[in-house]
Amino acid sequence: MTEARVAPIIEARSIIKTYGHVQALQGADFTAYPGEVVALIGDNGAGKSTLTKVIAGVIKPDSGELLFEGNPVEMTSPLAAQKLGIETVFQDLALAPDLDGAANVYLGREILKSGLLGRLGVLDKPAMKTEATKVFVDLGVAIKDAGAAVANLSGGQRQGVAVARAAAWARKVIIMDEPTAALGVVQTENVLNVIRRVRDQGVAVVLISHNMPDVLKVADRIEVLRLGRRVATFKGSEATIESLVGAMTGALDGDLVR
Amino acid sequence: MSTPPIGPPTPASEQAPPTPTQPKAGTAATDVQRSSGAGLRKAVLGSNTLWIFLALIVIIAVFGALKPTAFLGSYDIKTIFINASVALLLSVGMTFVIITAGIDLSVGSILVMSGVIALKVMTAVAGGGSASSGAGWGTIVIGILAGLGVGAGWGVINGVLIARLKIPPLIVTLGTFGMALGASDVLTGGVDIGGVPTKFSAAVGAGTVGPVPTMVLIAGIVTIVLGLVLHLTRFGRYTYAVGSNTEAARRAGINVDRHLIKVYALSGLLSGLGGLLSLAYFTTTTISGHTTDNLTAISAVVIGGTSLFGGVGAMFGTVVGVFIPVVLASGLVIVGLQSFWQQVMIGAILIAAVYFDQLRRRAKSRP
Repeated sequence: MTEARVAPIIEARSIIKTYGHVQALQGADFTAYPGEVVALIGDNGAGKSTLTKVIAGVIKPDSGELLFEGNPVEMTSPLAAQKLGIETVFQDLALAPDLDGAANVYLGREILKSGLLGRLGVLDKPAMKTEATKVFVDLGVAIKDAGAAVANLSGGQRQGVAVARAAAWARKVIIMDEPTAALGVVQTENVLNVIRRVRDQGVAVVLISHNMPDVLKVADRIEVLRLGRRVATFKGSEATIESLVGAMTGALDGDLVR
Repeated sequence: MSTPPIGPPTPASEQAPPTPTQPKAGTAATDVQRSSGAGLRKAVLGSNTLWIFLALIVIIAVFGALKPTAFLGSYDIKTIFINASVALLLSVGMTFVIITAGIDLSVGSILVMSGVIALKVMTAVAGGGSASSGAGWGTIVIGILAGLGVGAGWGVINGVLIARLKIPPLIVTLGTFGMALGASDVLTGGVDIGGVPTKFSAAVGAGTVGPVPTMVLIAGIVTIVLGLVLHLTRFGRYTYAVGSNTEAARRAGINVDRHLIKVYALSGLLSGLGGLLSLAYFTTTTISGHTTDNLTAISAVVIGGTSLFGGVGAMFGTVVGVFIPVVLASGLVIVGLQSFWQQVMIGAILIAAVYFDQLRRRAKSRP
């Protein structure tokens, strides 16, 4: 992709957010383009989570501007973000453990039967199971039975359900907060593949991660936050662990790539 | 930059884009036969429900073997069903409430007040005094609507206090439990009132449709319809979701507050219906006879395998949970034991049911 010609799908400008005396974001900027994986990295307390929550509509910034496809937007709730095609995989996954995988993928967006039964609110469970299974297979999420309660799945499988749920519905942007934090090597590789597949469908993937090797494997661009501000932007192909760590810690101040 | 720099190659060309928004009619149709009913079957077998159903069968078999003629006679079966029908209505509503991880202690009081209001309205419309005994169906229907309205109204009050003001369900419904019962006493001076229209008590309380008592028919139809609603519809799905993880339901865009209000309103409405059936059957208001209805309903629901922690439960289990105490009570009398033993046994069964539910949860939830 050529960044100069493609307009950003989402852009945050000069976002400020304070909690009491703590300035979590001190005029933070962020940009994501369609069809790219952009990693958002930074040390603990750099403001990554706060910034992504602003983009996901979970918290309201004190000041600053949010642009979606070039137009200013008020992101008042996660639902407002979802309506724009922005989905988030939260760190706590936000799944209903007693419901099965298919039910979780379709939670709040159930498919109803056609005709009179549908108007009575009758669910089309077979259709949801078929489609959810298809999403799991497409994304390489290893869930044998989409009808098994999420509580019965392993940690990696639960992560898979949460990612599949977001990926299935994200039309424009998908935000993933530490999606590989609790996973083993194979499962991590699966999630990274999912990220690539979603990206290849033209969706912008915002990846928050502490894991530098993972970031380097999958990110097209990397934005670095430090002390509530964007301090550097790298091309994925040009970044090294040393340069990223340098930007995160401030050793390479002023070395803006773009 | 379209290919990932590192890592295994992505077979992107083979991947169809996941588009679950618009299910293809063809793929859905082929699956319908295979798995229709599978969800219900799983709901029945997946919990304690199967075991508690077997327990009911054993109880019936034991009493049936001890006193075959008396216990399995049609008179006794009819009595068992009639005794169960009001409790069944309350327990059906309670099933929805408990699946949302809530509780409704107010059902018995709402039942009483609905009956009182229904009768007061019938009497007033008929012209006061004893004129109500001979009242026509127009008057009766107005009274019925008033009774149902009172039930649903109390339910909405419960729901709003719980969902919007975030007061714990135990406290809210304990409060309305007292309020509805107290208000009934105020309205009647604490003395049961009569004058139930004869047509009403004859048709609903003592009437039959074919061999089936009208009360049993009403309770049965309501249970089946709401069982289907719980297991097959979006309303039921949201009930489970809210009880399983309220925050997840909220983030998924479900209006959790409104759903809770609907669930408590449903419980209130069914209590109102129970009040009307009770009124028709006993031809009086039975004010003091329902103080433990809430505990009866909660026991039935929990014995039936519905979890007090929310998110898990089945309507069929509730039906079994309602019948176990009723069958025990009838059976103990027939075999010549004091019926007080029923309370002892129900208490033990309740504790055992919750213990097994917790065992199952512990085995199920993996880190």
